Amino acid sequence: MEMLSKKATCKSHGQDSSYFLGWQEYEKNPFNEDRNPLGIIQMGLAENQLSFDLLESWLARNPDATMFGSNGGSIFKELALFQDYHGLQTFKTELVEFMAEIRRNKVRFDPQKLVLTAGATSANETLMFCLAEPGEAFLIPTPYYPGFDRDLKWRTGVKIVPIHCSSLNGFRITKAALDEAYDEALKLNLRVKGVFITNPSNPLGTTMNQDEFNHVISFAVSKNIHIVSDEIYAGTVFDSSKFTSIIEAIMDRNLEKTDIWSRIHVVSSLSKDLGLPGFRIGMIYSNNETLIAAATKMSSFGLVSSQTQYLLSKLLGDKKFTRHYIQENQRRLKKRQQVLVSGLQSYGIPCLKSNAGLFCWVDMRNLLSSNAFEAEMELWKKILYEVGLNISPGSSCHCTEPGWFRVCFANMSQETLNLSIHRLQAFVTSNGDGNYQNQKLSTRISRRNSLVVS
Amino acid sequence: MEFSLKNEQQQLLSKMATNDGHGENSPYFDGWKAYDSDPYHPTRNPNGVIQMGLAENQLCFDLIEEWVLNNPEASICTAEGANKFMEVAIYQDYHGLPEFRNAVAGFMEKVRGERVKFDPNRIVMSGGATGAHETLAFCLADPEDAFLVPTPYYPGFDRDLRWRTGIQLLPIVCHSSNDFKVTKESMEAAYQKAQEANIRVKGFLLNNPSNPLGTVLDRETLIDIVTFINDKNIHLICDEIYSATVFSQPEFISISEIIEHDVQCNRDLVHLVYSLSKDLGFPGFRVGILYSYNDAVVSCARKMSSFGLVSTQTQHLIASMLSDETFTDKIISTSSERLAARHGLFTRGLAQVGIGTLKSSAGLYFWMDLRRLLRESTFEAEMELWRIIIHEVKLNVSPGLSFHCSEPGWFRVCFANMDDESVRVALRRIHKFVLVQGKATEPTTPKSRCGSSKLQLSLSFRRLDERVMGSHMMSPHSPMASPLVRAT
Repeated sequence: MEMLSKKATCKSHGQDSSYFLGWQEYEKNPFNEDRNPLGIIQMGLAENQLSFDLLESWLARNPDATMFGSNGGSIFKELALFQDYHGLQTFKTELVEFMAEIRRNKVRFDPQKLVLTAGATSANETLMFCLAEPGEAFLIPTPYYPGFDRDLKWRTGVKIVPIHCSSLNGFRITKAALDEAYDEALKLNLRVKGVFITNPSNPLGTTMNQDEFNHVISFAVSKNIHIVSDEIYAGTVFDSSKFTSIIEAIMDRNLEKTDIWSRIHVVSSLSKDLGLPGFRIGMIYSNNETLIAAATKMSSFGLVSSQTQYLLSKLLGDKKFTRHYIQENQRRLKKRQQVLVSGLQSYGIPCLKSNAGLFCWVDMRNLLSSNAFEAEMELWKKILYEVGLNISPGSSCHCTEPGWFRVCFANMSQETLNLSIHRLQAFVTSNGDGNYQNQKLSTRISRRNSLVVS
Repeated sequence: MEFSLKNEQQQLLSKMATNDGHGENSPYFDGWKAYDSDPYHPTRNPNGVIQMGLAENQLCFDLIEEWVLNNPEASICTAEGANKFMEVAIYQDYHGLPEFRNAVAGFMEKVRGERVKFDPNRIVMSGGATGAHETLAFCLADPEDAFLVPTPYYPGFDRDLRWRTGIQLLPIVCHSSNDFKVTKESMEAAYQKAQEANIRVKGFLLNNPSNPLGTVLDRETLIDIVTFINDKNIHLICDEIYSATVFSQPEFISISEIIEHDVQCNRDLVHLVYSLSKDLGFPGFRVGILYSYNDAVVSCARKMSSFGLVSTQTQHLIASMLSDETFTDKIISTSSERLAARHGLFTRGLAQVGIGTLKSSAGLYFWMDLRRLLRESTFEAEMELWRIIIHEVKLNVSPGLSFHCSEPGWFRVCFANMDDESVRVALRRIHKFVLVQGKATEPTTPKSRCGSSKLQLSLSFRRLDERVMGSHMMSPHSPMASPLVRAT
């Protein structure tokens, strides 16, 4: 008899992907300015380390967050005992206000419709458990975050059917692509339960535009399926006016009083906006009461530590701070992104034009030895082992075209970023001859002009 | 309208989201609901329901708070600890902070009197013990597979092990005739029954110290269990969440000691679940631990822990606290003393009115025997009695039925989640209630001065109250006519 479960022995945890293998190589030989200056620079981790000084100075000004009030009274015991899966009310209230602030207050959220979870990882899995039976499917635009293979499919048994997006139109979702994905699911005998979008997109760094919203919403309405919108990067949009939440998009189309309203579910987290991935603060937001009731009960398997809920309720309750933080954080991210983009552009490596995220979607097709995923893997390994940069190959994000890489820029110092650009520059220069793409370079660049940052 | 809406929801959402697998429709939670709507408070609501259905440990917060005050660097939010803030806040490695794992392993060893060693590399985090149980079920069994579990058992297992995993729990029935001990015969019988029903048994779930019994398993039984699972080649999941709540003899023996010292066994079959929710009283911090002797399980469970990691802010605090051995020595021994005192207070108080409890040496509760107060030996009668206790006596205790007990009349009563005054009030209420009922159910006593030998549970409490207050007769078994009984 097989001693462990099928889940334990299959590969659905997705950890054999190059996305994770690169991390492992980095762990073996991590760059450190002083101790290991020739080590691998981690550019595969979408973390936001740019604004910790703001958080730290808030902490220094606000000793109350230590769980002992200024008058010496302790709420330690209360917090230690608090295990109500409805969550700390003050925290949820502040959290929804913070979420609204990020969305320019175009959307107001009701804390009663919010479920707290141990990170967005848990939120996404919980949603799948609640919305689909094992063997049913969700459609997801490619390229997508590699972690979804584990989070959405592994223990739930739900399938992912890709909505193929192409560089020809900047990887935007089209009606044709949606229909094609749906048909593919039918061919595979899979019942489609919903569309799963990430907005802003990981790995693209782009926000969804009106056309895309029109396509996705009309599609979900006509097929009577769910829309899950992972908005974890909402706070990383460089310019707030450019981000539209799915909820706002539905309201703009006057669909609040229709069926689709109860089939819209938003996921978010404080891991990217505030740069606090260690604290495991995720959330599900939905107008579907039955879903909220079920998801709340399921959150028992991954609640947010009450100690952490309390700290964040204080932090987010300081509105002056949050307003300043949101703006300043966005400004720094934009600046950092520009450094990477212009640095790469200066020696002929374009990036997809993006306005959000902690990464760029970099076009290295002209560095491939052939237009194939094997060539992409070859290039990735060279960049990992010879150049000493862990970047994420597009294939690990299920991109249909070889040659694209996700490169993170917000998880390191300015100096380290400069160094990584310099290393890549040296690599490109030394590999300039004998590339397959060289001949076609001029044609490709002109076609791509509309897609890249000038 | 409502019906069709519900139907619609059921199609819109998965079966899992709309079935009862969450277990919250169990009577275990009804009492909580009664408490939530009418919670006792000494001054604001002195007639409210006293919560005796929540196994929480509130007895040592003075020591813990003192430690927290004296160790500001354990919090990343204080001036002393803030320099660690960023490092801690960005750390999302599912291995967990090394100092956290080391401290937890060390604490677990200390609780077991240093009789065994735990390898910090086998420590896997989870969303509380709740998360650990579910993760183990996902790792060890496929849907429809079963785990055997001795009754009575913690109601939460029905949700934690079964809801999202699709596995089954099959009871190993235990009886009061031998103090609910697990026997070779009962294990074998449960296993055979599963075989006959064509159900594949993948594991054995044990809770030691037991919830709800409060007993610790003796060495012989533990050896029998390990031998059993080894012979059948099935997994053993041992939940030792109450390991540091032992307050008297007999001592706690961990499964880890048995496999290291007492019996040869395939260690790949053995897994432990632990948490800081009971021993230290930190359920809010969600510190669940899964410890396995099986490398493949450690690896798989660690990947699954992504769904319920412990907040690094909390890992940092716990690492600091549990590596302070002076503190941990003190808290383990003080907690034990206070639990013993509290347990003694209650059990002696109950004995005064002829209420027995199962002899126990651990846990935050005791297993109370109210069989003689039942109108008849049925679960309907148990439910009737329980409703009276909740709604009229105003105590939320947990009925044995919700723990899958095979015999009616047993109730779990928690005692560590309240202050001393609430204890006194609770005891007074119990005394009063039992004296009123007790009078009517002592048909065997020649000295009994009761009119009727049948317990009329349908009488309203108010009428019973008048009879008690107006009567000069006291139960012959009451040691004194306690003024406290009349005062309530």
